[in-house]
Amino acid sequence: MSDRLYTKDHEWVDVDGDIATVGISEHAQEQLGDVVFVELPEVGRAVIQNENVAVVESVKAASEVYAPLTGEIVEVNEMLTDDPAQVNADPYGEGWFMRIRIDETSELDELMDEEAYKDFLADLE
Amino acid sequence: MSDDTELRHTPLDSLHRELGARMVPFAGYAMPVQYPSGILAEHQHTRAAAGLFDVSHMGQVRLTAKGGKPRQEAARALERLVPAALADLEPGRMRYSQFTNEDGGILDDLMVTAMGDHLSLVVNAGCKAGDIAHLRAHLADDLEIEVLESRALLALQGPQAVDVFSRYVPQVRELAFMQAATWTFEGERLQISRSGYTGEDGLEISVPGHCAEDLARRLLAEPEVMAIGLGARDSLRLEAGLCLYGHDIDTTTTPVEAGLTWSIQKSRRTGEGYPGAKVIAEQIADGASRKRVGIRPEGRAPVREGATVRLPGVQAVGIVTSGGFGATVGGPVAMGYVAAEHAHVGQALELDLRGRAVAAQIVALPFVAHHYHRS
Repeated sequence: MSDRLYTKDHEWVDVDGDIATVGISEHAQEQLGDVVFVELPEVGRAVIQNENVAVVESVKAASEVYAPLTGEIVEVNEMLTDDPAQVNADPYGEGWFMRIRIDETSELDELMDEEAYKDFLADLE
Repeated sequence: MSDDTELRHTPLDSLHRELGARMVPFAGYAMPVQYPSGILAEHQHTRAAAGLFDVSHMGQVRLTAKGGKPRQEAARALERLVPAALADLEPGRMRYSQFTNEDGGILDDLMVTAMGDHLSLVVNAGCKAGDIAHLRAHLADDLEIEVLESRALLALQGPQAVDVFSRYVPQVRELAFMQAATWTFEGERLQISRSGYTGEDGLEISVPGHCAEDLARRLLAEPEVMAIGLGARDSLRLEAGLCLYGHDIDTTTTPVEAGLTWSIQKSRRTGEGYPGAKVIAEQIADGASRKRVGIRPEGRAPVREGATVRLPGVQAVGIVTSGGFGATVGGPVAMGYVAAEHAHVGQALELDLRGRAVAAQIVALPFVAHHYHRS
């Protein structure tokens, strides 16, 4: 089982030191359907946990993506501009959205580990 | 997931679920919005081959003149509620029209087919109760109004649709666009029209509900055919520049504003004969104050219904009424209304999207050329 963490809004977080890579989960991409556009935040922007930070447009509707952690956007996945379908094809790999330099590592304690997220999804059914 | 036990179901409901459809409530029915392949694949497949749509939720109505009078009498009666000319519609031919109100606004849009001794109507699912009440309120003295609750409606659309269906009913090849006929297939009466809502060639097939699933399964077993949901139905019709009731047309839009004057034959532009005829005749003569246009946003972000349309940096001049991603176009497409003085192809616009301005341009409709089979 990976060390990936998840939010109740179906974002995932992979932490390496003080850098968190963020994307949306398999469940989220499956619910959205074909992704046609991703609006990413600007590099350098300061974000607060739970703030709207990106938008995913599927064919039918737009969905908000929320910052799982407080910090600064240090990198965004430019490739999604040309190939938004990676969000569907490889949500945990090439479909990553952004990297945040974490201000407050204690916020990680609020996130779910993989087992807890699986239980959370089961309860949603 | 919400409880959908109060929703109505079409005869293909269990087939959709078996195919893994994502079901959503639509106009009081549980309907497939997409299947596992997804909306983009379903959309592209329809334009490349043949897509099978369940549109059984729509209302099918048969109108017959009372007292054994001929179909033309039923047509004359119906003309009291719609702007189209129907009395001269020959058997086996169809016209597109609208139920209008006293302001010239649109209560619903519909297809009318002349069959031997009656007219066949297809109306939108969301409006069918109101449409039937409207017909009964005005025309019950003149018409038998029969709602065909037990019939299903399938649409097979795309360049290979007619080839595929000719394996079942060879004579469909003889139909031209907007023609219809009835044929018996394995003992069941099918009413088939060469028409649709995608811009492609194709057929709409009215079939008794009890054999709809069998026919659908057989069509899906054909190599060219894929099941298509409402999500792709919407993106296909938007690329084809076709109006969706409740979005691009409603009680506040006249057929003239909506660019549907072509559906009002010249004999019916006299200013009388149906609700709102005077308003409509004036708009045909003097021009309407706003017009439905095609809008192509720059970039890749879809701009959706409700977005404000502006002249760049200046005032609001309109609103988006339909918007999404056009899979064939490969980018965002939209329709909306713009003040007539600015409603020209090539006009630069700005659209409000989440607090920022997206550059856009008015473009000619349709976004994707129609492929109707005209004789």
